Amino acid sequence: MGTGRRDMAVIDTLRLTAEEASGLIERGDVSSAELHRAYLDAIAERDPELHAYLTTVAEPRGDGVPIALKDVISTKGVETTAGSKILAGYIPVADSTVAARCRAAGLPLIGKTNMDEFAMGSSTENSAYGPSHNPWDPERVPGGSSGGSAAAVAGGLAPWALGSDTGGSIKQPAALCGLVGLRPTYGTVSRAGIVAFASSLDQVGPITKTVRDCARLYEIIAGRDPADSTTVELPEPVAIPQAEDLKGLKIGVPKELNEAEGIEPGVSEAVNRTIELGRQLGAEVGETTLPRSVEYGLPCYYLIAPSEASSNLARYDGVRYGLRVGNGDIRAMYERTRDEGFGDEPKRRIMLGTYALSAGYYDAYYGQAQKVRTIIRDEFDAALERFDLLVSPTSPTVAFPLGAKTDNPLAMYLSDVLAIPPNMAGLPGLSIPCGLSEGLPVGLQLIGPQFSENLLFRAGHALEQALEFDTVPERLR
Amino acid sequence: MNWEPVIGLEIHVHLKTRTKMFCRCELEYGAPENSRTCPVCLAHPGALPVPNRAAVEMTMLLGLGLGCEIADRAIFHRKHYFYPDNPKGYQISQYDEPLCNDGKMTLATADGELEVGIVRAHLEEDAAKNVHMGGAGGRISGADRTLVDFNRAGTPLVEIVTAPDIHSAEHAKRFLQLLRQTVVELGISDAEMEKGSLRFDVNVSVRPEGSDELRIRTELKNMNSFNFAAKGIEREILRQIEIYESGGEVVQETMHFDPGNESAPPLRSKEEAQDYRYLPEPDLVPLEPARELVERLRAELPELPAERIKRLAVEVGFETAEGLVTSGRDRLYEQVAGDRTAVANVLMNQFAATGIDPAAVNAGELAKLIEARDRIPRQSFTEALAASGSEDFSAERFLGDGQITETGDLEPVVDRILAANPGQVESYRSGKEGLLGFFVGQVMKETEGRANPQVVNELLRKKLKA
Repeated sequence: MGTGRRDMAVIDTLRLTAEEASGLIERGDVSSAELHRAYLDAIAERDPELHAYLTTVAEPRGDGVPIALKDVISTKGVETTAGSKILAGYIPVADSTVAARCRAAGLPLIGKTNMDEFAMGSSTENSAYGPSHNPWDPERVPGGSSGGSAAAVAGGLAPWALGSDTGGSIKQPAALCGLVGLRPTYGTVSRAGIVAFASSLDQVGPITKTVRDCARLYEIIAGRDPADSTTVELPEPVAIPQAEDLKGLKIGVPKELNEAEGIEPGVSEAVNRTIELGRQLGAEVGETTLPRSVEYGLPCYYLIAPSEASSNLARYDGVRYGLRVGNGDIRAMYERTRDEGFGDEPKRRIMLGTYALSAGYYDAYYGQAQKVRTIIRDEFDAALERFDLLVSPTSPTVAFPLGAKTDNPLAMYLSDVLAIPPNMAGLPGLSIPCGLSEGLPVGLQLIGPQFSENLLFRAGHALEQALEFDTVPERLR
Repeated sequence: MNWEPVIGLEIHVHLKTRTKMFCRCELEYGAPENSRTCPVCLAHPGALPVPNRAAVEMTMLLGLGLGCEIADRAIFHRKHYFYPDNPKGYQISQYDEPLCNDGKMTLATADGELEVGIVRAHLEEDAAKNVHMGGAGGRISGADRTLVDFNRAGTPLVEIVTAPDIHSAEHAKRFLQLLRQTVVELGISDAEMEKGSLRFDVNVSVRPEGSDELRIRTELKNMNSFNFAAKGIEREILRQIEIYESGGEVVQETMHFDPGNESAPPLRSKEEAQDYRYLPEPDLVPLEPARELVERLRAELPELPAERIKRLAVEVGFETAEGLVTSGRDRLYEQVAGDRTAVANVLMNQFAATGIDPAAVNAGELAKLIEARDRIPRQSFTEALAASGSEDFSAERFLGDGQITETGDLEPVVDRILAANPGQVESYRSGKEGLLGFFVGQVMKETEGRANPQVVNELLRKKLKA
C-alpha cells in the first residue's frame, strides 16, 4: 500500500469474542493470519499449564476468525486421535463435513483440542495424552469430554471452538469453564467424519464466549449433509439474537432437574437467581415435572451409549490404520492392539455394551432402554407443550479437582445427570454461564423443543446481557 | 425306513450397480487390489454409510419377481464379527425387518410343480477379500500371512433365503438354475459363480418319509457350481441317513465344500457359533419405499423364467422347456418359426454346441436353415450353425452354393466310386445291401460332404441294381 506497516492492534485473546475478531478483520485492523499468530503466541504462553491442545497448526488457511476443533473432528492432513492411543499418528485423508464447512467459511484451524478418549468422560482425565486444566483454577478439571475446547476458549487460546456432545460433553465443560455451549438438535449437524462414540446421540456444537458467537458458528456448521443420512435441513434460517427481554416466553422449571440429589447449594442459588432475572425480563415462569426422565435418563444412557460404542469401536483392530501391536496370529494381534490401544474407560464401555447387545440380553437392556427413551421423549414433549423452554443447572457441581472422581466411575457419570435427559430426547440444550459459586462458574441449561435453537439463542442472549458475566477467568484478568 | 431329504437354500447375489452399497466407489471386477476404496469402505473413523438407491430398487425388483411382499419399512442392522475382511467390525445387513418377505417360486418338475417358499430377500454389503499367502491351498490355516483386498468390500449383495421346501439334490440344482436365470433376466446381476457374484449355502437334513419334523441340519458352504452342489447334497443326505440308521445323531455343523477332494470337512460346529450382537444401524434411517415406486417396479417386471417354462412345456415338454429357458435360448426358440420340436432340438443340441450367444442370431435365417436341415449335408448344417452368430449370416449360402443336388453332377462321381471298388459292388449285388452306406460315404468324401445324400442314395441304388 505504500503507507508503511501499520501498528498491529493489541489483541487481547482472553477477551476477544469471535464477533469482535471478525469486526477487526473486516475493518482491516488485523489480518486473519495475525490473529492466528496471536493465538499461537497465547498457546505458547499458557498451554503448557492448560494442555488444551493436542496439535496446533502453524500454517493458517483462510481469511476469517481462527477456530479450534475437538480432536474427534477429522481434519484432512492434520492428526486426529480422538484422545486415544489407538489412533496415534492417524492422519485423515478427508475433512469431516463440519471441518469442511469451517474451511469453506474461511476459518483457519488453530489446532485440535484435548478430550476424554473417544469422548468418554466428563473431565478430560480419560485422555490418553494427559488431562486439560481449567483456566479458572488449573488444579481443577475443565469438564469433558470437550474439555480441551472449553479450556482453549476460556484460557484465551481460541476465540471459539467446536466440541461434540453425546451425554453432555459440550454443555458440561462450557458450564465448568464459564462459557456458552450448544448441544444442537440431533440431526441438524453432520456427523460425517466425526469419530463415532454413540451414533444415535453424538452431535457437534459450538463452545463460545457469547451466545451470538454460538449462533454464528452454529449457522456455519448446521444443515443437511448428503454424507450423513440422519441429517435434516433446518426448518428456518439461524437468527443471530438481538432481543434483550424475554417477553411472551413461558419458562418451565422441572422440579426433578432442579432438585436432584447432588446439586451443590451454590449452583442452585446461581440458577435460581437467574430464573428470577428471567422473570424480571418478562418471562412467565412456572414449575413443571419430568418424573421419569431424570431417574431413568442416566441408566438408559449408560446402556445405549456403551452398546453403540462397543459397535463403533470395533473398527479399531490394527488392520488398516492406527496402532498395531504384534504380528502373526490375527487373534493375538487384535487382542494386543486393543489391550494397549484403548484406555480403561473405553474398555469398560466396550465390555458393558458388548454384554448389553449379547443374544438373550438385547431385549432386556438395549431394547428396554430404547423404550424408556421414548417415554423420556414423551415426558419432555408434554412439558414443552406447556412451556416454551425448560431450565435447570447444566451440571450439579462446579469444576471439581483433578483426580477427585477418577477412582469412581459412577461419581464421574453423575456429573452429567442433568445434561443427559434432554439428549436422550433428541432435544437441543444451551448452557450459558450464570454466575459463580466458590469463585467458579455455574452453567444454566436452557432446553427447547427440537429445532428451537433460535429460541434458545434469543433467551440465552437476553439473559447473558442482563447477567453481564465476565468470561475471563478471575485469575487471568 | 425311507428317508426324505429336507433342503433349504441361502443364495447371495452381487448386484450390478455402478457403485458400492454405502459409498460411491466404482465396482470393477479385476481392478488392481485396493484401488476402489475410500474412507467409508475402509472404515475410517467417522465415515458414514449412504445407501445406494439403485441397489434398493434392484432388490425390490427381485422381491417382486419372487412374489414377495415389499416391506413398508425395512431397517438395516449391524452384524458384528472380527475378521480382517470386515473393516468396520460389523457388516451392515438386514435382520428382523428385511426389504422383501414371503414370496415363492414355482419349479416345474417332471413330477409336477414344486412350490418353493422364499422366506425373505434382504440387502447387505459384501466383505473384502482375504488372500492367504503361503501354507496349503490358499486357506487361512497354515498360511504365512494374509493380505486384504478391499475392492469387494461394500459390494451390494442380496441374500435370498428359501423355506426348506426342496426334497432332492436334483431339485435344489434346478431351483438354483432357475433363480440364476431370473436374476440375470431382471438385469440385476451377472450371477457368475466364477466371479463370486453368485454364491450359495445349502442347509440339509433328513427325516422319515411322511413325517413333517425338522431335524438337525448341516450347512454346506462354498460350493462353486450347481453340479458340485448336487453331488455335495447327495453325499450329505447319504451321510446323515447312515448316521441315523446306525443309531447316531447328526451334529449341527458347517461343512466347507472342497471340490478338489470331493469331501466336505466340517468348518465349525455349533459350540463355536457366533453371537453377532445385532444392533439397528444408527447411522441409517429406515427404508420406507413409496408405494408408487413399488407399483412402478411391478409394472416393469418381464415374464419370468418360471412362467415361460410353464408356457413352453405345453409345446415341447417340460424337460426341453426348462433347458431352453435356463440356458437363455427360449427367446430365440420363440422367434424361430417352424416345427416346434425340431427347432427346440436343434437349439438344445447342435446350436448349443456352438456356444453362440442366442441374442446375436437372426431368427429368420436360422428358421430357413432348420427347415432345410434334412436336405443338406450334416457338415454344411453344422458349418452354417457355427456361422449363425455373425451379423451377415445368410442361410442361403449354405443351402445353395455348397450343395450338389443335380444328378448330372453326381453321376460321374458315383461311376468313379463304383469302378474303383469292384469287390464291394460284387458283394452288394450278392445281397450285402448294408454296403450302401460305404458307397455313400465314399461319394461324400469325394465331394467333401457337399453331395445331397438323398440324390446320392437314389443314384447308387439305381446303378447297383443294374
